[in-house]
Amino acid sequence: MNSTLTSLARALAAREISATELATDYLARIDALNPTLNAFITVDAAKTLAEARAADAARAAGAAGLLAGVPIAYKDIFCQQGWRTSCGSKMLDGFVSPYDAQVIEKCRAAGLVTLGRTNMDEFAMGSSNENSFYGAVKNPWDLAAIPGGSSGGSAAAVAARLAPAALGTDTGGSIRQPASHCGITGIKPTYGVVSRFGMVAYASSLDQGGPMAQTAEDCAQLLNVIAGFDERDSTSLERAAEDYTRELGQPLAGLRVGLPREYFADGLASDVARVIENAVAELKTLGAEVVEVSLPNTELSIPAYYVIAPAEASSNLSRYDGVRYGHRAAEYGDLADMYEKTRAEGFGSEVKRRIMVGTYVLSHGYYDAYYLKAQKIRRLIAGDFQAAFAQCDVILGPVAPTAAFNLGEKSSDPVEMYLSDVYTLSVNLAGLPAMSVPAGFADNGRPVGLQIIGNYFAEAKMLNVAHQFQLATDWHQKAPVL
Amino acid sequence: MSLTHEDVARIAKLARIKVSGAEIEAVGADLNRIFGLIEKMNAVDTDGIEPMAHPQDVSLRLRDDAVTASNRRDAFQAVAPQVEAGLYLVPKVIE
Repeated sequence: MNSTLTSLARALAAREISATELATDYLARIDALNPTLNAFITVDAAKTLAEARAADAARAAGAAGLLAGVPIAYKDIFCQQGWRTSCGSKMLDGFVSPYDAQVIEKCRAAGLVTLGRTNMDEFAMGSSNENSFYGAVKNPWDLAAIPGGSSGGSAAAVAARLAPAALGTDTGGSIRQPASHCGITGIKPTYGVVSRFGMVAYASSLDQGGPMAQTAEDCAQLLNVIAGFDERDSTSLERAAEDYTRELGQPLAGLRVGLPREYFADGLASDVARVIENAVAELKTLGAEVVEVSLPNTELSIPAYYVIAPAEASSNLSRYDGVRYGHRAAEYGDLADMYEKTRAEGFGSEVKRRIMVGTYVLSHGYYDAYYLKAQKIRRLIAGDFQAAFAQCDVILGPVAPTAAFNLGEKSSDPVEMYLSDVYTLSVNLAGLPAMSVPAGFADNGRPVGLQIIGNYFAEAKMLNVAHQFQLATDWHQKAPVL
Repeated sequence: MSLTHEDVARIAKLARIKVSGAEIEAVGADLNRIFGLIEKMNAVDTDGIEPMAHPQDVSLRLRDDAVTASNRRDAFQAVAPQVEAGLYLVPKVIE
């Protein structure tokens, strides 16, 4: 079961295994371990096996692509026709999507087989995956630890080898942070590279879907499947298709890596710093040159994000009113009462908090002081990155200040939780691509990821930096004992 | 800044979320802590800086004013809480 997407694709092509056998093996492992981990919200073996048989038939007919028959798990945020799409919320508990998100259409066309729908923080709001209507996900490395959020189910599923790969979404670090905490590889592409059509919206100017897998090579293969222009998403970028595997194999000699001094200041745990320093040393032996850079507005990314994301969320989540889909309160008076009771019952406390923050910052008299101010700070943050990229090709740093914390440790204080996003938020505000690569373990044995941040559209370069690191190290091959 | 109970009640009303009298205290305390964090922005001078609403600074595409979606009313209404004769049912709004 310690197989990568790439090795499974090879085995399928060589007829060493069928898609149906592969799906059966993974479903059995999910059956055995999901009661402990809670990584999946929905599993439907009949649907999975039907997809697998179709992939086998396509392979037999010689009409199958590279990844046909390879199993994959989807974060419960991507609308998938015929499957419950709950987004981790009671609000959408009974919702079965009548259509596919664009990324699901693309994965279906590539012949990938759905293993199930992974658990997540409600409406992707959270840094610990404790805010799901379906309960918290456990970290496969240590069941007392959080897996990270909000794509924690996807990260835990890949780490525990319940799936060779999964899709996640990243609004403020929600692919990179759980990838880091679970010891897997995950990439958030440049904003606009992957269509948001059919991806339940949280903060539209920040949300971006991306792959999570064991290796950078697998992420590159999956990004080839899901990236591309989509006219149904008005923010989708009109760019020619590219092959994200094209730079894999390039030597790193002469690569300039920037270390932002603000990412190594007070607040970074010493064991995480040690892991990152060792990873940087490894890249130096591979030929990279290190330069110090500065991202002076890093701290401001927290307040700016916690204005912009809630503002957009308050607007996006106004659609959940009990009229067209989702939960509706059982008893109510007039229309306003129906809205208020439906939303009070359907949303969890973190979602309600963010909607209320967003409502306030957009309300009359406060717009300039909060929302406009945050958008100006957003430009300062984006400008910091461009100044840094004048001196280096990629930026390296930690993903989070500490390794995964304990379940329940920060759940009583939202502000304490928000501070753990300090190294990831600015990337989303600037719309840049970034990834997390397994780089070692903290003193308590929990995984630590190295964050690689690239300039706009530098995915192929970043994936190669990660790939070269993975050719030289074996952190990504380590799996938790379950 | 500190939000009063009246402020919290007003925000909840605007957000269309019922917050009971018993919850106001706790919700207000959380919101005040979050605004304490947010107000750190005020220490920065942002005069003359152009706000950035979209990370790529591109203008959004327009499409032809033509119907592109097919009619799937039955499929979409199948997931609605209450429908009748192709219409969504809500409490009476006009007496």
